[in-house]
Amino acid sequence: MNPLDWTIAEALDALAARRISAVELTEAHLSAISALNPRLNAFITETPELARAQAQEADAARAAGAAPKLSGIPLAIKDLFCTEGVRTTAGSKILDPFIPPYDSTVTAQLKAAGAITLGKANLDEFAMGSSNITSAYGQVENPWQRADGKPLAPGGSSGGSAAAVAARIAMGATGTDTGGSIRQPAAFTGIAGIKPTYGRCSRFGIVAFASSLDQAGPMARSTEDCAILLDAMSGFDPRDSTSAERAVPDFRAACARGVKGLRIGIPAEYRVDGMDPTIEKLWQAGIEWLQSAGATIVDISLPHTKFGLPVYYIVAPAEASSNLARYDGVRFGARVDGEDLIDLYERTRAAGFGAEVKRRIMIGTYVLSAGYYDAYYLRAQKIRALILHDFHTAFAQTTGVDAILTPTAPSAAFALGEKMDDPVTMYLNDVFTVPASLAGVPAMSIPAGLDQNGLPLGLQVIGRHFDEETVFAVAGALEAAAGFSALPALRGSALR
Amino acid sequence: MSLDPATIRRIAKLARLRLTDAEIPRLQGELNAILGYVEQLAAVDVTGVEPLSGGAQMALRLRDDVVTDGAMPERILANAPDRIDNFFAVPKVVE
Repeated sequence: MNPLDWTIAEALDALAARRISAVELTEAHLSAISALNPRLNAFITETPELARAQAQEADAARAAGAAPKLSGIPLAIKDLFCTEGVRTTAGSKILDPFIPPYDSTVTAQLKAAGAITLGKANLDEFAMGSSNITSAYGQVENPWQRADGKPLAPGGSSGGSAAAVAARIAMGATGTDTGGSIRQPAAFTGIAGIKPTYGRCSRFGIVAFASSLDQAGPMARSTEDCAILLDAMSGFDPRDSTSAERAVPDFRAACARGVKGLRIGIPAEYRVDGMDPTIEKLWQAGIEWLQSAGATIVDISLPHTKFGLPVYYIVAPAEASSNLARYDGVRFGARVDGEDLIDLYERTRAAGFGAEVKRRIMIGTYVLSAGYYDAYYLRAQKIRALILHDFHTAFAQTTGVDAILTPTAPSAAFALGEKMDDPVTMYLNDVFTVPASLAGVPAMSIPAGLDQNGLPLGLQVIGRHFDEETVFAVAGALEAAAGFSALPALRGSALR
Repeated sequence: MSLDPATIRRIAKLARLRLTDAEIPRLQGELNAILGYVEQLAAVDVTGVEPLSGGAQMALRLRDDVVTDGAMPERILANAPDRIDNFFAVPKVVE
């Protein structure tokens, strides 16, 4: 088997058994990146020298019998995580010259665990998008292809991370998810990805989009690999005021726990009008797989589901307009000179931000402005409370369900250029992922089947707050039953 | 509720974004489409509902009021577009 096709679990075994060195595994990935990245554009910044130095350290640590948990595993880091000494753009021109003097907590923990940094993965500008086309560093191509040969979007905003993992040019990646930015691209590229509970991973050093929603999480090619990565990424951090002071459970062990005796909820409101019949069929297959594995299926209602998207498109831009006020051309980032300070601010921001970011800053500014705050922002926050209440009711301890099963996205990957004209149509991609983000509950997408064009489709498992273990258990059972083994056309292991 | 060009300019001013005249009609159309889409929230009964501002299932922590960080002007100024000594430099504000 080509090492590029290994899961992280398999690679860790091979490294431990000295069947491969960290340097060899890293070089294999670096060659595959050189061959494929010019086409995929999954990385904004490649860091081969850093990767080689880290790989040598990993081999030395292993030789000394002191290899940490992820020693020698090559990863892509979404370019939203600050990395000390390595340019961090957030996909925006305004951060083009920004070289962070510090590491995000998540990347610092991954480095301490021995992971190798291959480079910084492309994303929608400031993580605002579902296609990766809003990046100032060019769109990313999905490594999967359909018969008409049109290049496909990898989803977003973690589109570079998803494309890199699917194309076997990284074994895993960090993503961030504000309204679906891990789960939707994972579904579009046939990989797994989990948005953990809000507060599980530190937000310190992650470029902020919407702080009450942003959560980091792993993307990888198996449920178990996601568990291995999440273990290294999560934990309490005093530098993030919303970081949860909770012990990190054994996520990896939970993957094989099974679903016997679990109650799985199927929310009626996720059966939307005009749903793709292939996706409906896959959802039904998922229900039957879990039933066969010993779970009880329960019809449930999450009555405020349809208000999730409109709430999100008030709350997220409101927080974004506030967070992005820091880009003023004074302390860091790009500057455009002006006649006075206000002129400098306005010119800097006009030149530095792309169209989607400006749109969201404008909406956010409007809904927070005097006279509209109550009608829009405050009302949206109240409906957000109702959405959380829906989940609390569904997950109630004695009468409720243990997890919820839904499709991840309403369609398979669309072609680059499709759905691009109308922002509201693009926003509909997140219809199934946004409610879990608003409620702060953990949710995972796993690849479960193919559509009529041979493109991957994902199923989403939603769990209780801080119960990622049950999410992994259900995802593990679905993964075993689905036996998803299809491969994308463009992949490092298929190069000659 | 529909935003007119004057309102678009006012929001842009609040957001410190310089817009060209050509950008106004496009933004006006897009923002009105988004506001039209979120209009459905007006139909939800929110009587007696407390607003939810955050995703964390916890109260914010307090920490000891002590200095935990600092004394690194070079690192902080390393990314500054312009500086004078240990200060960020901007165009003259007061004549």
